[in-house]
Amino acid sequence: MYRVRRWVVRHARAFEILYDGFEPVLKVFAPLVARLGPERLERPVAAVERTVKGFLFDCRMCGHCVLSATGMACPMNCPKRLRNGPCGGVRSDGGCEVMPEMRCVWVEAWEGSRRMRHGDRIQVVQLPVDDAEQGRSSWLKVVRGEHAREVAGVHEVR
Amino acid sequence: MKFDDEPVPGYSLPILPGHVSPGRLERVLRAGRFAVTTEIDPPDSADPAEVLRRAAIFDGYVDAINATDGSGANCHMSSVGVCSLLTRVGYATILQMSCRDRNRIAMQGEILGAAAMGACNLLCLTGDGVQAGDHPQARPVFDLDAMSLLEIARRMRDEGRFESGRAITDPPRIFLGAAENPFVPPQAWRARRLAKKVAAGARFIQTQYCFDPPRLRDFMAEVADLGLLEGPDRAFVVVGMGPLASARSARWIREHVPGVHIPDAVIRRLEGARDQRAEGERLCCDILAEVREIEGVSGAHIMAYRQEHTVARIIEETGVLEGRVPWYPGRDNPAELNPEAPEADLDVAASGTG
Repeated sequence: MYRVRRWVVRHARAFEILYDGFEPVLKVFAPLVARLGPERLERPVAAVERTVKGFLFDCRMCGHCVLSATGMACPMNCPKRLRNGPCGGVRSDGGCEVMPEMRCVWVEAWEGSRRMRHGDRIQVVQLPVDDAEQGRSSWLKVVRGEHAREVAGVHEVR
Repeated sequence: MKFDDEPVPGYSLPILPGHVSPGRLERVLRAGRFAVTTEIDPPDSADPAEVLRRAAIFDGYVDAINATDGSGANCHMSSVGVCSLLTRVGYATILQMSCRDRNRIAMQGEILGAAAMGACNLLCLTGDGVQAGDHPQARPVFDLDAMSLLEIARRMRDEGRFESGRAITDPPRIFLGAAENPFVPPQAWRARRLAKKVAAGARFIQTQYCFDPPRLRDFMAEVADLGLLEGPDRAFVVVGMGPLASARSARWIREHVPGVHIPDAVIRRLEGARDQRAEGERLCCDILAEVREIEGVSGAHIMAYRQEHTVARIIEETGVLEGRVPWYPGRDNPAELNPEAPEADLDVAASGTG
């Protein structure tokens, strides 16, 4: 929901702390997930993730969650699906070029990132999305330890 | 600037040490000269002569010509088509590639095709949304964004690999560029966002129309502070500008063209003039003269949509080329003239075969 996701960005620091705490908790389940088989868990976990993150962030389940590097604003809500910052069409009032009634996702992301301790992760160049991962759980990726590599992206900016 | 190894039209220059492309634009920029680029209005036609006619307007005044890629989300001849026609007679082109219309398979293929056709410069763009153009019913693709396109193009060139990792036998020798718009929000991020593009591989930067030089000055100072204008991996900022036809058209552009910031003072200045079109051209000259003096600016990109003939006057008036005559077909050897240039007609008429 638009209002919820803007509220989240205003509290990006709190969500950063929450996420930092959530990650070790997820990793506790690693042996259990390995025993049950990650593929069997994919659908139920993805369903829970879709509900929770859908409510909070308007998550689109791209399968490559980078919220911690984008000021807690989901970049997939950008009509151009930009993953690396705003386009040149942002309106002078901060409105989106394509949907003027919506605030630019990246204007939000920048503001959110300024509130976060590791907000400078917004400077990392993010790789393009793997379309085949659409709908898959990012949480299970965290459990499997595959997630950190993705958020790390390709380049630290000098 | 004249190179003693000037190529036969359609053939590439040798790649100098420390350069990545065989193109003239990279040479002019790295030599520290003030570069001038412009853009061609791609025709709604399949007539190759029309492309050459539109390019001839700029003969002797520009270092490279941008071929737009469905700009404003309107359908026109493709940028690869335009570039291929232009490089055949020797023009230096800047291939614009937008992420709006193609996925990564098409785009990587097109980079190879364009490089094979002699395009030496690639401007990686996100692209305007489809809502802005004549086909709002089209499906926007945006498989990549400008940043990941840069990254992929850089890997194709430097590592000889597609995004998939598969090897490329002969990598494309291309000079990579990106766009930046210092005039729209989030302004506090714009310089650092440019740093991201430079990290992804952009070396020449063409900005959106500048009608606000003081804002550009602040932006350039930030860019310099970030160290983006030094060292072998430095960026060259080429500032966009153009003549406004009237106060009315300025208002229309401000409302309808995404990302163009025109301050009220500019519109008032046009309104106060007796000949608004001439005033628009004068304003562009003033902006160019002011921008030329801003520390760190490497060139100007003059976009004179439907006023292409003003480009030569603006360059002459401001003297930014400092007497330099950029190469054009026929500059050194009249036999190489662009067949659609006005002088070519005269030649034919004089020899009596016309």
